Amino acid sequence: MRRVPATLWIGAALSLLFVGAALLSRVWTPADPTGMNIAARLKGPGEAGLLGADQIGRDVLSIVMAGAWTSLGIALTATAIGGAVGTATGMAAAAGRGGFERAVMAANGVLFAFPPILSAILLGALLGPGAGTAILAIGLFMVPVFARIARGAALQVWSRDFIKAARMAGKGPVRISIEHVLPNISAQIIVQFAIQTGLAILAEAGLSFLGMGVAPPNPSWGRMLSEAQTYLSSAPHLVLAPGLAIAGAVLGLNLLGDGLRDLTDPRRGQAA
Amino acid sequence: MFARFRHFARTLPQAALLAALPVAAIAAGEVDFVQSVEPAGLDPTVSSPVAAGQVTWQNLFEGLVAIDRDGRIVPQLATDWTISEDRLTYTFNLRPDVTFHNGTPFDSGTAKFSIERIVADDSTNGQKALYTDIAAVEAPDPQTLVLTLSRPSSDLLYWLGFPAAVMVEEGSADTNGTDPVGTGPFKLDEWRKGDRVIMSAWDGYWGDPAPLDTITARFIADPQAQAAALQSGQVDIASELGAPELFAQFAEDPKFATNVGTGEMEVVAGMNNARAPFDNVRVRRALMMAIDRDALIQAVKSGYGTPIGSHFSPASPYYTDLTGEYPYDPEAARALLAEAGYPNGFEFTFKVPNRTYAQRSAEILQAFFQQIGVTANIVSSDFPAAWIQEVFTDTDYDMTIIGHAEPLDIGIYARDPYYFNYDSDAFDAAMQDVATATDEAARKAAYIRAQEILADDLPALFLYSDPKLGVWDAGLEGVWPDGPVPANDMTEVRWSE
Repeated sequence: MRRVPATLWIGAALSLLFVGAALLSRVWTPADPTGMNIAARLKGPGEAGLLGADQIGRDVLSIVMAGAWTSLGIALTATAIGGAVGTATGMAAAAGRGGFERAVMAANGVLFAFPPILSAILLGALLGPGAGTAILAIGLFMVPVFARIARGAALQVWSRDFIKAARMAGKGPVRISIEHVLPNISAQIIVQFAIQTGLAILAEAGLSFLGMGVAPPNPSWGRMLSEAQTYLSSAPHLVLAPGLAIAGAVLGLNLLGDGLRDLTDPRRGQAA
Repeated sequence: MFARFRHFARTLPQAALLAALPVAAIAAGEVDFVQSVEPAGLDPTVSSPVAAGQVTWQNLFEGLVAIDRDGRIVPQLATDWTISEDRLTYTFNLRPDVTFHNGTPFDSGTAKFSIERIVADDSTNGQKALYTDIAAVEAPDPQTLVLTLSRPSSDLLYWLGFPAAVMVEEGSADTNGTDPVGTGPFKLDEWRKGDRVIMSAWDGYWGDPAPLDTITARFIADPQAQAAALQSGQVDIASELGAPELFAQFAEDPKFATNVGTGEMEVVAGMNNARAPFDNVRVRRALMMAIDRDALIQAVKSGYGTPIGSHFSPASPYYTDLTGEYPYDPEAARALLAEAGYPNGFEFTFKVPNRTYAQRSAEILQAFFQQIGVTANIVSSDFPAAWIQEVFTDTDYDMTIIGHAEPLDIGIYARDPYYFNYDSDAFDAAMQDVATATDEAARKAAYIRAQEILADDLPALFLYSDPKLGVWDAGLEGVWPDGPVPANDMTEVRWSE
């Protein structure tokens, strides 16, 4: 049994903190995240609530908590959709080989070449801003990432002897992919899933910052940052709170992904 | 070879100029000013919000008369005028020796063309309604213009000073949107779309040349970016700073001059009065009572602003305070809403232009409406293009929010069609009385009655009037402190020694 890496612990703890905050916000927040109170406007941390109040007197801690639900919800959904489609595509490419594989990977290459945020803005302009657009835009650009990883990993599995045995037992490529390939590449996919969710949070914040995310009054970290810009000098807590939340969530998921990789990748274990 | 030589001959003086630029820039005078909204075209006489005029009015284009920095009517291309006893005939004496940037002389023929173009059936002038009382335009001789009115119009001279009534000439009228040709002291050098409009002094100007050599309108929508551009010296003037919360830091900074000027902007949440439930006056009153205007001004404008109860700027001598008509009272609002048949509130789409003040105000109104059970779903609309189309042209909206920047513009509620789809005979009659009033007292009384009708009918939710938060380099003189007309008049701006 290998030692569990410290990054995994830290990553898991941070990720759990944000997931916990997001879930908790569904049943309880210190104050109503949409309830304004002009009297408390721009009050600093401690003066009004733990993290202060924003430009219209809403409790910052409550918005950050509710924003975690928005951010994680969109990021997880987008990554799940992109991951599922990408993994299936990559596995199909590895199973199909030949011209089909080249076509699939070329299509993914084209998708990969687009700068995701720019393309997401384009999609947002076409479809109108909203959670659905954000999920679609972010998910779409997760597809080639997962496709490449799934294909690379699946190709290694396909060259193994037990696949030959399965073939000789008369199993078709679909069945082999599901019964033998998927379980053997799942560790890599899960690692990537954690890392990509972190990136998706960043992308969602970027979209919201540019006004392409969820509509107000739904809380969103990116929009909090965007609205706080002009208060940077007078009320820095308005920038710090969502900024640290985004940084913390992305860091947590990245460390979680790294830790999982260290834990599951035998070669890395040996090198260390 | 010849072409190459010509190119060389052209670039040589430019290169010399470039080498001398650091000195030349100070001595000659260049000013960059911030303009929040980039206009779709640079012609202020076609349908467009005030942005075109804010770039070109007085700088590029001039009118028969002009509104000066104090809001007074002053002669411009007309040297003087007489108004007949029955107030139906206006005779203007025009200034001789005026030419347009393209060399065309200005005379009564061009003036006739300009005025007739405004009131023509196919006119696309956004302010056309102000001039429809003009029945006939005559040019008896090159230096005389005669306007004949169908009925008295007491504010006509004032309207003629507006950006919408500037003089244009026939040959360039259709291309003024992209290549404006006026009579002003500056001519267009270049319009870099999405970035800036560069104008330079024109040596054929009829009047005293402007002190500055080059003026540049810089299109910066984001308030934070406006502040950064001022701080870094990229721009010299922001006549209306987008973010009031940043104003204090400039006021403390000796590098900048700041001024809280009076403006003519009324921010109102217009409703589609033809569409349920906004066709019900009780619903509109309930929504008005749901709003705490003082809190709104605190939150959106950091306190810079005055609550209004009707569509009139507190800076106007005809203003009357009607904020007490339907004051903040959520209990009464809920009761009135129930009485109107919406005990459980209702849901509607709030179409909000993507301007900072509008977005912020909308979010706060949304919270106020929620308190009386009314759900506003905010939909952001790109300003100006998409918003103009959806709200202004197609009137496909429930509620919107916008600042009306034109002075004395209460008459928009009498226009048919206008985006509120508001129709009131009493109000139309009041506006008629304003136009035909023979003395100042009668005029004031009519304006006050018009304000009172609106304050009671509430075709729009009247929110606040905006001061003009100006910030400019402390070394500049001659910047307009107030905004009697939405403008960036640079003709008298100079760098002090």
